[in-house]
Amino acid sequence: MNETESSTPYHPRWLRPRMSTYWWLEKPAYLTFMLREGSCVFVGWFAVYLLLLLDALLEGPLAYELFLAWSATPWVLLLNIVTLAFVVFHAITFFQAAPQAMVVRIGRMRVSPQAVLLGHYAGWVVVSAIVAFVLLGAR
Amino acid sequence: MTRHPEPLLWMLFSAGGVVSGMLMPVLVLLFGLAFPFGWVNPPTYDALRALVAHPIAALVLFALCALSLFHWAHRFRHTLYDAFQIKHLGGVIPVVCYGTAVVGSAVAAYLLWQLS
Amino acid sequence: MSNRITLQIARYRPEQESEQTFDEYEVPYSKETAILDGLNYVKDALDGTLAYRWSCRMGICGSCGMTVNGEPKLTCATFLADYAPGPVRVEPLRNFPVIRDLVVDIGDFMQKLVRVKPWLVRAAEKPVSEGEYRQTPEQLEDYKQYSMCINCMLCYAACPVYGLDPHFIGPAAIALAQRYNLDNRDEGSTERMRVLSEHEGIWACTFVGECTKVCPKHVDPAGAIQRYKLTAAIDSMKSFFAPRGA
Repeated sequence: MNETESSTPYHPRWLRPRMSTYWWLEKPAYLTFMLREGSCVFVGWFAVYLLLLLDALLEGPLAYELFLAWSATPWVLLLNIVTLAFVVFHAITFFQAAPQAMVVRIGRMRVSPQAVLLGHYAGWVVVSAIVAFVLLGAR
Repeated sequence: MTRHPEPLLWMLFSAGGVVSGMLMPVLVLLFGLAFPFGWVNPPTYDALRALVAHPIAALVLFALCALSLFHWAHRFRHTLYDAFQIKHLGGVIPVVCYGTAVVGSAVAAYLLWQLS
Repeated sequence: MSNRITLQIARYRPEQESEQTFDEYEVPYSKETAILDGLNYVKDALDGTLAYRWSCRMGICGSCGMTVNGEPKLTCATFLADYAPGPVRVEPLRNFPVIRDLVVDIGDFMQKLVRVKPWLVRAAEKPVSEGEYRQTPEQLEDYKQYSMCINCMLCYAACPVYGLDPHFIGPAAIALAQRYNLDNRDEGSTERMRVLSEHEGIWACTFVGECTKVCPKHVDPAGAIQRYKLTAAIDSMKSFFAPRGA
């Protein structure tokens, strides 16, 4: 069967309302979904930000200082404040989806959804602590 | 089995989601706010340079940059479909999205290689 | 029975008009009166021309799905008292073509359902002399949740991906495929994977999660889909690196 075939035959008198472009404003759950999807823009931005940092490091100490100074300018600060909010939102919603999206088994026992969620948060705390320790301890 | 790359793209998206979720909040907090605002001192040039030269750090950074870009690409492509209903426009959107991710990953690999 | 509530019911009379209109009816209700009871009262006492589907009136046949105040609901399991003082807006189920009034065409879903082969697929049936198929309680638990689906299609009505692109195979079809994939008596997961891993199969889903929220039987189709994505992705990687023989 042709995989792209839609199975609803055309009928001239059947009503087919078109979905509004603003369908995602109709329900709070849809809006939350759109915001969650939109968080990817800020994930992408920060990946670019890291690449800019790496490039500055490659160019030398002056470039690094310039990067730090640039990151302190008002627009960049504002952007990164918003980025922090969205990146945290992304982490929370992604972890929240994990127990529903995967069945974790140890032997034959099924790990409870709460444990899966807690495991993600614990991992988040540990990883963040390690990164902070490494970066703040680097002299 | 499948003649399209969706499974691979989805796995990259998922991995990118986990890696960015775990690592980005603390990095944004530090490099985006704490250091610029002066709450704590940023690492010195030499210290940071030495840090990213370390193979494990370089690997983590590469995974973070590359996978985050693929995470963005996959999710952004679907958001364009959902928000603007342009799914029928076909191949341009995926090529631009994943192409950007590939280029970004290559840049990350190059920079980290040069820094090592 | 002195309480009364207004129902704003969507009407579509294709032989007379080309647009949907709304008619208002006042119906009596008590705390046990379901929306379906209200519709039956309308048809019985007020307007016999109203067209709508229903059957078991107890939440198991899946016929009476409609949009109530913007949300997909089983009208037999939704109560007017919860919407007091009203009015209550009753529309046909979203994302399906409307044939008349509150009746939608479900042919698309029916075709998709058949494509996922929602029955036990076996290379050869065990002869009766060899005894029964055995299944432990743990094996039953693996798929039991997905077997609760009553094909009411509230999940399709709630899914924006399906709304935007009717080619998407949809939540219930995938959940039902999983009900059989995870059944230890079944041998059909390879065949179903061919269907499910198409472009508009599981990969079109963006995990909005609304399907799970509206499901009256707590099937959790969103969970079924995400779990199957992992299964399908791993299988895809396996067949890429170690192709099975033809």
